[in-house]
Amino acid sequence: MKKLIVLLLFCLPLGILAQEKSNKSAKASFEVKGNCEMCKARIEKASLSEKGVKMATWDIPSNILSVIYNPNKVSLESLHKAIATTGHDTSLEKAPESVYNSLPMCCLYERDTM
Amino acid sequence: MKTILITILSFTFMVSSAQELLQGSLFTKEGTQNIPLEGASLYWLGTTIGTTTNEKGNFSLALSKDTTELIISYLGFKTDTLTIKNQKSITHFLMASDSNSLDEVTISQRRKAIQKSYLEAQNIVNVNSAELLKAACCNLSESFETNPSIDVNFSDALTGTKQIKMLGLTSPYLLITEENIPMVRGASQAYGLTFTPGTWIESIQITKGAGSVINGFESIAGQINTEIKKPFSDVPFFANLFTSANGRNELNIQGNHKFNNRWSSGLFLHGNQRTQTMDQNNDSFLDVPLAKQINVLNRWQYTDFEKGWVGFGSLRFMQDDKQIGGVGYNPDQDRNSQLLWGSEISTRRIDGSVKVGYVFPELPYQSFGFQSAYSKHVQDSYYGIRNYEIDHESFYANVLFNSIIGNTKNKFKAGLNIAYDQYNELVDQFDFLRTDRSFGSFFEYSYDNLENFSLVGGIRADFHNNLGTFLTPRVHLRYLPDPKTILRASVGSGRKAANIFAENQTLFGTNRVISIAKNGGSIYGLNPEKAWNYGLSVRQIFNLLGGSGDLTVDYYITNFVDQVVVDWEKQHQISFYNLDGKSRANSFQIALDYAPSEALSFRFAYKNYDVKTTYTSGFLQRPLQAQNRYFGNVAWETARKANDAQWRWDLTYHAVGQQRLVETSRDARGSYSPSYGLWNSQLTRAVISNFEIYAGLENIGNYTQANPIIGVENPFGADFDSAQVYAPIFGRMIYAGFRWNL
Repeated sequence: MKKLIVLLLFCLPLGILAQEKSNKSAKASFEVKGNCEMCKARIEKASLSEKGVKMATWDIPSNILSVIYNPNKVSLESLHKAIATTGHDTSLEKAPESVYNSLPMCCLYERDTM
Repeated sequence: MKTILITILSFTFMVSSAQELLQGSLFTKEGTQNIPLEGASLYWLGTTIGTTTNEKGNFSLALSKDTTELIISYLGFKTDTLTIKNQKSITHFLMASDSNSLDEVTISQRRKAIQKSYLEAQNIVNVNSAELLKAACCNLSESFETNPSIDVNFSDALTGTKQIKMLGLTSPYLLITEENIPMVRGASQAYGLTFTPGTWIESIQITKGAGSVINGFESIAGQINTEIKKPFSDVPFFANLFTSANGRNELNIQGNHKFNNRWSSGLFLHGNQRTQTMDQNNDSFLDVPLAKQINVLNRWQYTDFEKGWVGFGSLRFMQDDKQIGGVGYNPDQDRNSQLLWGSEISTRRIDGSVKVGYVFPELPYQSFGFQSAYSKHVQDSYYGIRNYEIDHESFYANVLFNSIIGNTKNKFKAGLNIAYDQYNELVDQFDFLRTDRSFGSFFEYSYDNLENFSLVGGIRADFHNNLGTFLTPRVHLRYLPDPKTILRASVGSGRKAANIFAENQTLFGTNRVISIAKNGGSIYGLNPEKAWNYGLSVRQIFNLLGGSGDLTVDYYITNFVDQVVVDWEKQHQISFYNLDGKSRANSFQIALDYAPSEALSFRFAYKNYDVKTTYTSGFLQRPLQAQNRYFGNVAWETARKANDAQWRWDLTYHAVGQQRLVETSRDARGSYSPSYGLWNSQLTRAVISNFEIYAGLENIGNYTQANPIIGVENPFGADFDSAQVYAPIFGRMIYAGFRWNL
């Protein structure tokens, strides 16, 4: 049993390497409205909760979200939607009024009037 | 070249939108080529309006009504502020951030000197260069005086070497690495910490408890990693001179040169010597050794941010000579005569290492690393009529792959390493030869829910010719019930081959008879050591009266499954045998850090150690281990003037409780050392940003151990023992020095 675990442990790194290579990755960045560290945590968490999103970094000063994702698993449209449902307007989707209103004080960014 | 290259192209084409836009491109110069910078961020000063550049380095940004100051920043480059007046389009060049390192120095000094980890699952304390400056002197072994996690002890009355302990266990139970390459181990266990000059150190990371599996299976009580200054980011020139009233002089000269944006190199020179004879306690033995050391390090750094490559190559040579023993001992005349007792310890060491790292430019969460190191350590020494020689040759290599599973909440590190160590020892008249070969594989998974919970679980499998085939699991958990409370737990195992002579070199400063209770094991006839470590830690961050602070309570248990017991209990004898029964080290620490204002900070800690081992004579607290220790530190600094002039002062107090003493001709059975306190203080004056002078006092209360060497009247007799040291040998000591950089 122990031998088996040891053997498995030696093969694991190689197996993962091979698997990672075959994955598809695309990059995108778009604007998501927000202000502070709390927004950052919420936006990044919402993005990563979408299956297929591998990495999400939201920059506070520029309000730009950069994502690396697998386009076969997730579409950018659904990502915009998922973020908007947490209260943050994106360049494509507006957040529901009620969710926006329930955000903590520091996250109440200025909304564009459309 | 401080001038910023700005070319303003006045385009007059129409902007279709009603909102006025600023458009432009961002480049960096590489030789004569213009390389576009992707992902740089631009924003208007004092606003949240900003953007990032695309893969061609282009951007467009709405003009701001409130400000004309545009901030451009990019990792690895100097941040620029531009004034945009009438132009609609700009082309801007960023400079690599190293060209003026003054910015970096300023940043590091504003940071807290000791940073306790917040995001990591492991209990890591980071000590940066500002904290290191508080220590009086001069090398890694002396860098922990202001840190409550590590206890500094005095190993013997002859060499004055400071030995460190963590969680009540001595340094052989710690994994001590330099830039993640195992460093102070094997032959260098006794004096290795004194072979890294303090001015070379950029920062130190102290991990309490099990630690990560990546760097090997050897850590039991914790890990200490030292980062050396990097040629790419360090100052071009640094000089430091130190002198102390106990006759020690140190000189450090360090230079770094950047050949271009990618290649840089550093040459670090260190020399120290003590030629003055010191015998304050009139026992006709030197209180501190006559010593000289030359230490040279040349390192090369290659950095290519765009392609994602970074590499280091280092070569280092160290020569250290010490003479200890009787005052007036002349090695040429008195060696082998039984009139005067004397000793010489001479060490030569060569270190070489190569490291390569690659971050996939398209997938920033994925990286690959390789490191390898070679060292040869030769120590020739004699202590009176005893001999000890060790020749240790070591090779280590490690490959590491980092990536994610699904998304960046789930990360992993996986890799392989090999280690080869050859030991050749001469102990009195006996030869010992041993080769350790091991091959290991590791996998470490970490999960972070990005909110309040993270976990690191690692396992490694090793094939070792002397330790066998075994698994080493380690798990760390972190949970935040609220953002200001951090709970941590860890569990893990560790193993090591006990290099009984190298780790217990103080025995040669005694006339004890060595006995090894061989039981057929692979290391000196003994079985390897194995232990489990369990830890719990709570940290509460608080704000009080306008200041901030934190309170940390931790409790760690180390349980030895097998151990090589070092038994000093019998007079005239030192025995090594495998554990038969229980052995544990339980440590409790409560530490309070509080900074009522920018200028002032306090640190207080209480530590309780219950370190007990089953000796043949019973289950006893380890000798020379204080059960209770208190620590206090006050640091004060004035606000920096425009030219960076500043005063800094700090005062440290260590109270060391009573320590159990083994039975000797001086101490009766069951006796304890008195408790005592030590005060240290240092004052620094930064005259201008690049020149500082400092002076300090160590052991202000002048507390010393009365008769540190037992049987000093007859150093060739059976009673002679210099290893029973529980307090400083040298009294009050004044020192001064300066630091200067360009």
